[in-house]
Amino acid sequence: MEKQDIIKSFKDSLFTGLIALALFGPIVGLRTVSKGEGLFITPQWGIVFLLVGLCILGRFLININSAKKTEFKFLSSFSSKFAHITEDKAKHFAITGILFAVVFPFLPFTDRYFMDVAIMILTYIMLGWGLNIVVGLAGLLDLGYVAFYAVGAYSYALIATTFGWSFWICLPLAGVFAAFFGILLGFPVLRLRGDYLAIVTLGFGEIIRIILINWYEVTNGPDGITGIPRPSFFGLPFKRSPDEGEASFHTFFGLEYSTMHRIIFLYYLILVLALITNYFTLKIRKLPVGRAWEALREDEIACKSLGVNPTNTKLTAFAIGAMFGGFAGSFFATRQAFISPESFTFIESAIIVAIVVLGGMGSQTGVVLASIFLIGITEIFRDLEQFRMIAFGGAMVLIMVFKPKGILANRKPTILMHGDKK
Amino acid sequence: MLKITNVETFYGKIQALRGVDIDVNDGEIVSLIGSNGAGKSTLLMTISGVNKARNGNITFNGERIENREPHKIVDLGICQVPEGRRIFSRLTVEENLRLGAFTNEKGKHFETDIKDVYDLFPVLSDRKTQRGGTLSGGEQQMLAIGRALMSKPKVLLLDEPSLGIAPKLVNQIFASIKNINKEKNVTIFLVEQNAKKALELADRAYVLVNGKVTIMGSGQELLKNKDIQAAYLEGGTKN
Repeated sequence: MEKQDIIKSFKDSLFTGLIALALFGPIVGLRTVSKGEGLFITPQWGIVFLLVGLCILGRFLININSAKKTEFKFLSSFSSKFAHITEDKAKHFAITGILFAVVFPFLPFTDRYFMDVAIMILTYIMLGWGLNIVVGLAGLLDLGYVAFYAVGAYSYALIATTFGWSFWICLPLAGVFAAFFGILLGFPVLRLRGDYLAIVTLGFGEIIRIILINWYEVTNGPDGITGIPRPSFFGLPFKRSPDEGEASFHTFFGLEYSTMHRIIFLYYLILVLALITNYFTLKIRKLPVGRAWEALREDEIACKSLGVNPTNTKLTAFAIGAMFGGFAGSFFATRQAFISPESFTFIESAIIVAIVVLGGMGSQTGVVLASIFLIGITEIFRDLEQFRMIAFGGAMVLIMVFKPKGILANRKPTILMHGDKK
Repeated sequence: MLKITNVETFYGKIQALRGVDIDVNDGEIVSLIGSNGAGKSTLLMTISGVNKARNGNITFNGERIENREPHKIVDLGICQVPEGRRIFSRLTVEENLRLGAFTNEKGKHFETDIKDVYDLFPVLSDRKTQRGGTLSGGEQQMLAIGRALMSKPKVLLLDEPSLGIAPKLVNQIFASIKNINKEKNVTIFLVEQNAKKALELADRAYVLVNGKVTIMGSGQELLKNKDIQAAYLEGGTKN
């Protein structure tokens, strides 16, 4: 019996090796090198065999694991323990996380690079939380979420550069515009579900991007929008030398000028925006509309029979999810000071969906962990340049193998009765 | 109270209901029996507004409802327990019940309403923090009925409450249906394949064949009807 299992998994892993060979052979094995005039092919079979060997070994270990369920016990017990910790002590965990995020800019090892990465991770956490409303709670697979991110960014950029309004006025406006586009997308897809919904949302994301490229008069096409105003600290700009009769952040507080001030301010800005998103989601889950989203995800017909209006429920999910995407977009625009359609390609949507799915659909903490993991890994491997996408893919494969339902797949109930704690 | 007149419902080109006439009076238990594919569930979905009737009309207390949205029909006081229970399986029992009282208007007396449901089905009270999907079939059926009761219906539409449930629990569920009718004054329109049980419970009953009502009468009359015994009661049962 056991021997059979081993032979079977060995055969299976050899087959995996064959597939790996077919994939890596041409992609990695044949390298084109330009020498003088023309390209020459240099084979690199050593690396190919190494990679194929790794695939065979990995597959074999996974097979043995699933057959015996003992090999990786330490891993699964670790992760289940971890899930327990996060469930039992969710509050402590969250508070520690937030405290760490608050003091992070002032830790001794924190430099400009860490701050930039942290801001990026927080942006993705916010996007993940926003999309979690649509995908995790309402169960509507949206592959075009980047469209709302783009709408938010462009609304902010256009309003701020045209009218010169401040960030704090443009931010809610950008959210409103994005929510409007969310409803715009929501209407045609009301009847769609699953794969079909995914395809249409995917298309919607592309439509927005193509409009941004081609509507030259308004969006400045592929050249993008430059000179987007930076946010000010409640009216105090972050400038080295403020204009005549105007105070800037460092003169007002009597500090030495440093570019880090602005970075730290941006960091706290996105931290607050992300926490607002989270707080909002946690609260709305306990309200009828939030509960209706989750019910809709579970069973649409049952919802109808109970008097839930699926049209309104879906539209609010799209609109509110889009609104947070729009907020994140306007943050992105003010941080970059320059936006172009290139920042809003499909890969962005894919990353955000990956964060939500790998985090465990509907889990707020899962989104945080998945963002740190996925964005962090691609950052760590930044030196590998184009190969860092392989690290990204590898990270996704690892999560899917060990935690197929996402890092934190447990749904927390919205109501706990007194005395039912256990 | 609920009056269905000459209703015809189609799925695309296929006609599922061929002119159905049914009356349900206030306070009654009315059963509709029929075999697979007779159109029983289609009729309930048409009453609930999920499927639209192409011809005919449905009135509830004199108001035409055949063109209303499903959620408006629930607001009027017609709630359905759909076939196969359709519990929100990842939500807890209590959350399921809360969804029954979805609209604010109906959530007003939430605490007393939920207590009524727990009194009716004590097992749900023991399991209120459990996920719906972890309940047994019978418990899920109780939850589905309880969830519908949370919307304070005047008419409860039940679609095959005995489907896939242990016989012992079926008796219990039918007893609770009777209880809901008598104690809470909820009119019941029951659709069943378990003809014997449904007819025993019913004040009046209808038989639906190929989208048409063929026989109607009191529950007792139909139990004794030779044709029905042959077709639905397996030639008459012993007990």
